[in-house]
Amino acid sequence: MTSELDIFVGNTTLIDEDVYRLWLDGYSVTDAVALRVRSGILEQTGATAAVLQSDTMDHYRTFHMLERLLHAPPKLLHQLIFQIPPSRQALLIERYYAFDEAFVREVLGKKLSKGTKKDLDDISTKTGITLKSCRRQFDNFKRVFKVVEEMRGSLVDNIQQHFLLSDRLARDYAAIVFFANNRFETGKKKLQYLSFGDFAFCAELMIQNWTLGAVDSQMDDMDMDLDKEFLQDLKELKVLVADKDLLDLHKSLVCTALRGKLGVFSEMEANFKNLSRGLVNVAAKLTHNKDVRDLFVDLVEKFVEPCRSDHWPLSDVRFFLNQYSASVHSLDGFRLECGGTIWAHCNLHLPGSSNSPASAFQVAGTTSVHHHAQQFFCIFSRYRVSPCWSGWSRTPDLR
Amino acid sequence: MPGKLKVKIVAGRHLPVMDRASDLTDAFVEVKFGNTTFKTDVYLKSLNPQWNSEWFKFEVDDEDLQDEPLQITVLDHDTYSANDAIGKVYIDIDPLLYSEAATVISGWFPIYDTIHGIRGEINVVVKVDLFNDLNRFRQSSCGVKFFCTTSIPKCYRAVIIHGFVEELVVNEDPEYQWIDRIRTPRASNEARQRLISLMSGELQRKIGLKVLEMRGNAVVGYLQCFDLEGESGLVVRAIGTACTLDKLSSPAAFLPACNSPSKEMKEIPFNEDPNPNTHSSGPSTPLKNQTYSFSPSKSYSRQSSSSDTDLSLTPKTAPYPQGPRIYLCPSSPSLSCGSLHLKKSCLLLSESSLTPHHSSLVSPVLRKSVSFSEELFLAASGMGSGSAGKEGGPFKALLRQQTQSALEQREFPFFTLTAFPPGFLVHVGGVVSARSVKLLDRIHNPDEPETRDAWWAEIRQEIKSHAKALGCHAVVGYSESTSICEEVCILSASGTAAVLNPRFLQDGTVEGCLEQRLEENLSTRCGFCHIPYDELNMPFPAHLTYCYNCRKQKVPDVLFTTIDLPTDATVIGKGCLIQARLCRLKKKAQAEANATAISNLLPFMEYEVHTQLMNKLKLKGMNALFGLRIQITVGENMLMGLASATGVYLAALPTPGGIQIAGKTPNDGSYEQHISHMQKKINDTIAKNKELYEINPPEISEEIIGSPIPEPRQRSRLLRSQSESSDEVTELDLSHGKKDAFVLEIDDTDAMEDVHSLLTDVPPPSGFYSCNTEIMPGINNWTSEIQMFTSVRVIRLSSLNLTNQALNKNFNDLCENLLKSLYFKLRSMIPCCLCHVNFTVSLPEDELIQVTVTAVAITFDKNQALQTTKTPVEKSLQRASTDNEELLQFPLELCSDSLHSHPFPPVKEHLESASSNSGIPAAQRDRCSSWIELIKLKAQTIRRGSIKTTVTVEKASPVGDGNFRNRSAPPCANSTVGVVKMTPLSFIPGAKITKYLGIINMFFIRETTSLREEGGVSGFLHAFIAEVFAMVRAHVAALGGNAVVSYIMKQCVFMENPNKNQAQCLINVSGDAVVFVRESDLEVVSSQQPTTNCQSSCTEGEVTT
Repeated sequence: MTSELDIFVGNTTLIDEDVYRLWLDGYSVTDAVALRVRSGILEQTGATAAVLQSDTMDHYRTFHMLERLLHAPPKLLHQLIFQIPPSRQALLIERYYAFDEAFVREVLGKKLSKGTKKDLDDISTKTGITLKSCRRQFDNFKRVFKVVEEMRGSLVDNIQQHFLLSDRLARDYAAIVFFANNRFETGKKKLQYLSFGDFAFCAELMIQNWTLGAVDSQMDDMDMDLDKEFLQDLKELKVLVADKDLLDLHKSLVCTALRGKLGVFSEMEANFKNLSRGLVNVAAKLTHNKDVRDLFVDLVEKFVEPCRSDHWPLSDVRFFLNQYSASVHSLDGFRLECGGTIWAHCNLHLPGSSNSPASAFQVAGTTSVHHHAQQFFCIFSRYRVSPCWSGWSRTPDLR
Repeated sequence: MPGKLKVKIVAGRHLPVMDRASDLTDAFVEVKFGNTTFKTDVYLKSLNPQWNSEWFKFEVDDEDLQDEPLQITVLDHDTYSANDAIGKVYIDIDPLLYSEAATVISGWFPIYDTIHGIRGEINVVVKVDLFNDLNRFRQSSCGVKFFCTTSIPKCYRAVIIHGFVEELVVNEDPEYQWIDRIRTPRASNEARQRLISLMSGELQRKIGLKVLEMRGNAVVGYLQCFDLEGESGLVVRAIGTACTLDKLSSPAAFLPACNSPSKEMKEIPFNEDPNPNTHSSGPSTPLKNQTYSFSPSKSYSRQSSSSDTDLSLTPKTAPYPQGPRIYLCPSSPSLSCGSLHLKKSCLLLSESSLTPHHSSLVSPVLRKSVSFSEELFLAASGMGSGSAGKEGGPFKALLRQQTQSALEQREFPFFTLTAFPPGFLVHVGGVVSARSVKLLDRIHNPDEPETRDAWWAEIRQEIKSHAKALGCHAVVGYSESTSICEEVCILSASGTAAVLNPRFLQDGTVEGCLEQRLEENLSTRCGFCHIPYDELNMPFPAHLTYCYNCRKQKVPDVLFTTIDLPTDATVIGKGCLIQARLCRLKKKAQAEANATAISNLLPFMEYEVHTQLMNKLKLKGMNALFGLRIQITVGENMLMGLASATGVYLAALPTPGGIQIAGKTPNDGSYEQHISHMQKKINDTIAKNKELYEINPPEISEEIIGSPIPEPRQRSRLLRSQSESSDEVTELDLSHGKKDAFVLEIDDTDAMEDVHSLLTDVPPPSGFYSCNTEIMPGINNWTSEIQMFTSVRVIRLSSLNLTNQALNKNFNDLCENLLKSLYFKLRSMIPCCLCHVNFTVSLPEDELIQVTVTAVAITFDKNQALQTTKTPVEKSLQRASTDNEELLQFPLELCSDSLHSHPFPPVKEHLESASSNSGIPAAQRDRCSSWIELIKLKAQTIRRGSIKTTVTVEKASPVGDGNFRNRSAPPCANSTVGVVKMTPLSFIPGAKITKYLGIINMFFIRETTSLREEGGVSGFLHAFIAEVFAMVRAHVAALGGNAVVSYIMKQCVFMENPNKNQAQCLINVSGDAVVFVRESDLEVVSSQQPTTNCQSSCTEGEVTT
C-alpha cells in the first residue's frame, strides 16, 4: 500500500509556524520531518511519523504555492486563492523576507548579480545556512533592489509599500540595497568584526545625509546614489590638514575642550595630526568610485586602528569626534576660506541637531540593533564633518 | 416572458503575461449569454486593465435566465494570430431571479482556465430586471427558492412541507463525442462545464415548475448530482423537498421598516400566484388546500419539457407493474440483477391508532429480506428476486393509502430533510434502503430519459414499500446515490422510515401547528423512539422494552436512522463517529456477468457492514446511530463499503448489553484462554469508551421496565428464518447468552480478524470529538472558530496476492490514518469537534482507492460544556411561544394591513431605502402568510427594535460588494478581500444567518499536461481544490454574502496518467450563500442603541453607511 496522493485543503489556509520556519530554512521534507520528530511533537500529540510526514508535505506544498505570491506581497493581500487572516499574512511576509545575519554579512555590498549567485554555495558551506535558504535570501535582496531601484521617494517607504515589511525590516532592506548599489567593500578581514547592524546604522545615516535625496527629494534613485557634488565638496576639507596653522589651531581647540575629560588625552594629543589627516584624506578621496567602495576599509585603517592600538575607550572616541567636528566651525580661517556655506550651515545646525554624533549614537543605542553593537562610524554629513563612532567592544583589549 | 440582464465589466487585475516580448497583456472581454455576445474594448498593455465598459444588455426569456449561465471570457488580443483565451468566468444568475436574495452580483471573480487554473481576477457587475410572468403555462419557475440545507433554513419557517420533488435530465457527454478526438482538451472541458451548467439550470427550472404545481415556493434539501456514465451519457438528477416557506420574524431577520411593498411582490401579482403565502387576503382566510389541485399547466409542461415520469405528478391510484417488466423482458437492454433491501431490526412501537392496518401489510418480499435480518438482529438484506414481491408492496400500499392521511396520497412520501421542526417527527421506524445493479446503455433519446426515470421510480417504490412494512407512511432523511464502473451502475437509495405529524403536510394553519407543536413537544421527548409498528406483528424480531423515559410505549434496543438527532431528544453523554469499512474482491468480468457478480456480493456486504456497525456501536456502549450513510462503491475488481454514522446513547432506549464472545471449540484449553482474554479486552474497551463519552445512564432496575420480549415467539421466528436462509453467513446464532448481550462467535480466523479489527479503532485524541451529523450530541457551547476542509487520499494497493483481509486492513488503515492526520492538523483548535464528517470512497482504477473527506472543525468551550442543554431550536421554540403570548397584546394593529395591497411591485430599491414613520414594517406584510404573522412581527418590532437596527443598517445601505462585510466581518484595514466562511453545516456557530442569497452550484474541470511541473498529483489536486474554494468564496462575496452553509463537495473525480504526465479532475460543489451577523455584534449594537425607536435607528443607519 503506497500513498499516491495525500492532501488537505482548508477554507482558511493552515499555516504552521514551525514548519514554515523549517521550509524557509531550506530543509527538505525528510530533514524537516526528522527535526520535528526530534522536537518531541510526536510525544505531545500522540501522532505517528507517517502523519507527521503527510502534514509536513502538505505544508510544504502550501508554502510552495504561496511563494509565488510572496514574491510580490501586495498580491498576497489581494489574491483570492488562499484565505489567510491578515495577521498570518503579515507573518508570512515578514518571515519570508527575514534574513540571516551571517548570510547578509557575506553579500553586503556585493553586486546582486548572477555571478554572486553562483558563489552562494560557498557562502552556504561557510555559514552553515542551507543553499536553498541562501538562494531565497539572495533573491529577496535582488527582487527588492530591482523594484525600488528606479523609484522616487524615500527608499524605506518604497520598500514598505511594495513589500509590506515592518519598519525594522524595511530599514534593513534599505541598507542592503544602499550597500549593494554603492558596492561598499565589507568583506575584508579587517571589517569582519563589524556586524550587519553596524553597517545598517551607517547606511541609514548616509542615506539621510549623503544622498541625492538629502538635497532634493524629487529625484529618481534619490536615496540610492551618493550626491556627487557633496563628495566633490568634501575635497575642500583638505585645508584642515594641508594648512599647518589651521591644523594647529584645530588641534588646540580640541585639546582645550577635551582636557581632563579624556582618559587617553595624551595619546590623543600626540596622535591628533595623524588622526585628523587620516579622516580628512578619507573624505577627500571619495570622488573616486573605488575609494567610495573602500570607505569602510579606509576608515578602519586610518582611524579605528590607531585608536585601538592606543586603547581608546569607547566614550573617549565619541568625545573626541564630537569635539573634532564641533571645533571646526570655530576655525575662522576655515569658515572664510573654504566656500563657507557648508560650515556656516553647520553652525546653525550642530548644537542641538538631532543628527549630532552623540544623539546618533543614542538612536543607535536605543533602536539597539544589537545591544552590544559597536557604533563605529564616521559620518561626513552634508553640512558638516561629523565623524562618530563608538568603540569596538568586541576587541577585549580595549575594555 | 422577457427579462433584461445587464452586465458591466469594470476591471481586471493580476492578469497573466500573455505577450512574452513586452511582459504585458492586451486584454479584452467577451460577455456571452445564450447566443448573444458583447465585447469590450481592448485595453492595451496592462496586467491590470480598467475596461469600465458600458452596460451590456441582454433581453432574454426568463426560461433562458434560469437555464443559461452568464459566460465571461477574458482574451488577449493578438493582431496577427487568433486571440488567446486567458480564462473564463461562469456566473449563475439564478440568485438574482428570486426575491429577497441578492439584487446585484458585483465583485472580483477569479478568471479560470481549465488548463492553467486561476489566472487573475475580473470585476463584474450583473443585474437583472425581471418582468413577471403571469402565464400559467409558463416554462420558467423564477421565484422558487432553492436551499441545499437539509432542514428548514434558519430565517424561515415552514408553513407547509409538500414533499418530494425529483427530476433528471440527460445528455451526451461532450468528452465522449466523436469531435473530442479532434478538439483541444480545453475546448472539451469547456464544452462539458458549459453543458453541465446548462443542465443544472434546466433541472432547477423543471423542479421549480413542479414546486409551483404543488403550490410551494421553495425547495429545501435540494441535492443535485450527476452521473458520468461515460459512453452512455451524462445524467444530471436532483431531489428535494418542496415547501412553502415563510420568512421568520426572528429578531435579526428582515424588518426593513419600509412603507413600500417589498420587491418580491413582483412575483406575486394575482391570486393565481403560486406562492401560497400570499393567499392571505384577510385575517380569516385559511390557506387553500393545496395538496393536489391540478392545473392545466401540469399536462402542458409534462408534454413539452418534462422528461419525467408521471409518477410525481399524479396521485397514486394503481399499483405499478414496473418490477416484472424490467426483470423479465429479455430484449430490454437494462439488466436488473438484483435489488436489495435492507432493514434494520431496531424498530419501535407506534401509537395504537396505526397498528390496525398493519397486520396484513407485510409484503412477501419484505418478509424475506426481513427474515434475513432477524437472526442477524439487524440489517438484513435480501435479494429482490421475486416479481411477486414487487407487486405486493404497491398493492398493500394502495390499501393503506385509502385510509391514511394526505401524506399517503403522494406518490413518494419522501423528505430529503434531516432535521425537522419540533413536533414534525412522530415516530421513527428505522433505516430503509434499496439498491439495484443496472447495466448502462446508451441513452438514445436525451429528451426521453425513460430508462433512468424508471430505474429510480422502481427503487423509490421499493423504499416506500419497506417503509410501509415498518408501519411508517413516510421516509425522511432520504437520499440517492450511484456508483458507476464501466457499464455497471449501482443505484442506491436510503432513508429513515417515519411517522410524521400530518398537520405540517397539509393546509393546517400555522398557529395551529405551533400550538400543537408546543404541547406535543412537552409530552413526546422520547416519542420518536417509540416503535411505529404493531408489537405483535413486527416485521422482524427485536428486543422491545418499555421506553426508559415515559415507560408507556415500547422501544427497540437499538435505533438506526439517516437523520440528524432530533433536537428534543434526550442524550446521555457525547456522541462519536462510527464507521464500518469493508472491501470485497470480485473477479473482473464483462457486462451481465459482472453485474450478476456484483449483485451477488451486495447482500453479504450489506450484512457485514451492519454487523460491523452494530459491534462498534456496542463497543462504544451506545444504542442509536444517526446520520447513517452507507456507500457501496464498485470498481473493476473489488467492491467497497463504507458506512458512517454518529453513535449516541439515547436515554429512552435500554442500556446496550456488552459483547460476548463464544468459541466454537470449547474443549480446547488454550483456545478458551484466548477467548477469555479477548472477552476481557472487549469489556475493558467498553468501559473505557463509556468513560470517554461520558455515558453514565441512571441505573434502572429491570423489574420496572418489564420483560423485554416474549421469548417463545422470538424463538419460533428464529427457527423459521433459519430454515429460509441458506447462507452460511447466517450461522451466527444470537439466541444464546444473556438476553440483551450481543454474541460474537469465533469459528475461524476470519471471525478472529473481525474481532481484532473492532479493537483497533483508536479513539480520537483527547480534546477531539467527531460526528457526521450537524451537531455533536452532548456539546452545545460552540465558540465561533470554524475551519472547513477537504482532504483527499489515494493509495495504490500492491497488486500481488490481494486477499479480502489484506484489502480490508489497507482500507481500514487508510481511513484511520486519514482521521489521525486530521486530528493532528487541527490540533491547534483543541478542544474542538469535527462535525459533518463526510467520507466518499471511489475506485478510480484497478489498484487505486480514493477517499475524500469533507468536514468542519468547530471549537467549543470546554468549561461550559455541561451547563446548558438548550439547543438553538428549543430556544427558537421558546421564542415562538413568547410570540404567541405577545400576539394577544397587539390586536389593534391589524388595521394597518388593509392599507397595503398594491398588486404590482414598485422597483426593488424601495425595499432598501424607505423607512416607515410608524416604525412598523408594513412591507413585511407581503411576506406574511397570514395576518397573525404580521402581528407577531409587529410585536417583535416593538420588543426587539434595538436588535433589528443592525439589519436596518444593512438594508439602508446600497447593496454592493462589501457592505455586509463592514458590519459582520470587518475586513482588516489593509486587506481588500473579505472573509467568506464555508461550512457543511446549516448554521454558523455564534452567528445569526440573516439572509439567504441563493444556491451555489458549481462544476469545474481542471486538466494538466504538465503534472510533474505542477508538483505531481498532490500538487495538482491541492491547487485545484484551493481554487475551487476560492471561486466559491468569490461568488458568495459577489452576491454580498459572507458565508456558505450546507456546503458539500458532491463529486471529486480524479484521473491521472503519470506516464503521459497528465491528470484531470472534476469537482462539483454546492451550498447556500448567506449573510450572517455575529451574535456579539448584535449585542453591541443593541447596547449602543437601547431605544426601540425604529425610525431613529433607520435614519442612523442611512447616515452611517
